[in-house]
Amino acid sequence: MRNEPVLQVQALVKRYGPKTAVDGLDLVARAGVTAVLGPNGAGKTTTVETCEGYRRPDSGTVRVLGLDPVRQSRELRPRIGVMLQSGGVYSGARADEMLRHVAKLHAHPLDVDALVERLGLGSCGRTTYRRLSGGQQQRLALAMAVVGRPELVFLDEPTAGLDPQARRATWDLVRDLRADGVSVILTTHYMDEAEQLADDVAIIDAGKVIAQGSPEELCRGGAENTLRFTGRPGLDVGSLLKALPADCAAAELTPGSYRVVGKIDPQLLATVTSWCAQHGVMPDRISVERHTLEDVFLELTGKELRA
Amino acid sequence: MTTGTHTPRPGAAPLPRMIAAQAALETKMLLRNGEQLLLTVIIPTLLLVLFSTVDIVDTGAGEAVDFLTPGILALAVMSTAFTGQAIATGFERRYGVLKRLASSPLPRWGLMTAKTVSVLVTEVLQVILVTVIAFALGWSPHGSPLAVLLLLVLGTAAFSGLGLLMAGTLKAEATLAAANLVFLLLLVGGGVIVPLDKFPPAAQDVLGLLPISALSDGLRDVLQHGAGMPWGNLAILAVWAVAGLAAAGRFFRWE
Repeated sequence: MRNEPVLQVQALVKRYGPKTAVDGLDLVARAGVTAVLGPNGAGKTTTVETCEGYRRPDSGTVRVLGLDPVRQSRELRPRIGVMLQSGGVYSGARADEMLRHVAKLHAHPLDVDALVERLGLGSCGRTTYRRLSGGQQQRLALAMAVVGRPELVFLDEPTAGLDPQARRATWDLVRDLRADGVSVILTTHYMDEAEQLADDVAIIDAGKVIAQGSPEELCRGGAENTLRFTGRPGLDVGSLLKALPADCAAAELTPGSYRVVGKIDPQLLATVTSWCAQHGVMPDRISVERHTLEDVFLELTGKELRA
Repeated sequence: MTTGTHTPRPGAAPLPRMIAAQAALETKMLLRNGEQLLLTVIIPTLLLVLFSTVDIVDTGAGEAVDFLTPGILALAVMSTAFTGQAIATGFERRYGVLKRLASSPLPRWGLMTAKTVSVLVTEVLQVILVTVIAFALGWSPHGSPLAVLLLLVLGTAAFSGLGLLMAGTLKAEATLAAANLVFLLLLVGGGVIVPLDKFPPAAQDVLGLLPISALSDGLRDVLQHGAGMPWGNLAILAVWAVAGLAAAGRFFRWE
């Protein structure tokens, strides 16, 4: 089942006026969960919306479940489920009312009550969409994407801004979809989300796919390991570097979160902890890890902030 | 949920069921919206009662209610097919409702059909309400129901085209402002409660070509004066309907 592509994008180009949003993008997604990662403005949403039939490619071809999303939209639409990044619901509609409505547009929908229960939307009661919390609005949009029992679901940043419980519930649902043979294309900013859920990850930057593979494959790069620890912010990293072997690098990634990259062996671990002891630092979380997807992502797309 | 719950079983519901569900939801949204009810129910009712019972505007010979009721029926059609539909659709476009529905199994023409059904259902409710109040105020209508029906249908088509054109091209806020402004201007200058012959002759010629004037004048010819088919007014409405719907079809943007 992994061999049948659910999505084939070839040399896709999409421009908005003078700006090229997608610049010759190639992407093949097979059954399972595919995560599309990329910085803001990389072309993720444009790519996904072209696959959903919202945008006509300027050039290149897109096939979703073997169909052209624009010309064969009528055939394709019942087979896909779409979760937009935001909106999509009448501002005066109640959550269960809207979900029931979308269910009525399909021939064999899921049981709406069970879905409402499962995503914790029952508590929305008679509240209309405009007064729901951001998290409730997200979960409703997710429910609307799956209620028609599609073969392929597109989720555009499904957990952006969700609290940890809601995020967990969304992940569980995606896992169940996968287990039941539904394919999922999801865009996300969260590396852990991609690592947790995806069979396959495509990293997009400046309108192109710059890396694709399973999370393991992508992380296997670099032989060096990483040691991370947290302590109080603003430690003297220069002094730590002096204590370490010459080929190591150390940095404070975010305030209070430190990373040492190099050949991490027991000796090096002891060096770091004794340095901490000398400086009166309790490293309250210390871990030795292989490359994470985040490291790979930042390496590939650059660390500087973008406009 | 147990394993297999989500096992794909895609399929569109039968078209009539999709359109009926969509029309029911649209109507429910409209009836739940306070501002919409103000436009479609409260203002026409209030104007009818107020101007029939208090002698503010000189409505010419005969009972005021016989002059006013056709105008208020025209106003009801405009409030639902034009103002209400433009504002609702403008905000649906803004909030991605049209976009989300565009990827559902419901085809676009099905969505438009459902909107039309919802407008017609609302108009039936309005006509019943206005008619009951008018009879209570002593209204005595004449003329052929067929001519009235034809005027109402063509008027609805003309106003729908213009409303959708506005909703599909302007920003939601601009649509809200413009639709209300047009409502107010046409209420005053379209022969709804103020007879057109109160205006200077040159203005009358222009105002008479507006869809609201054609509709209120046509309804008045039939219902107040017992005229036959008001062909001139029907022709004006038909031109507006064709032009408005064609322009809406050409320029409407879904997001």
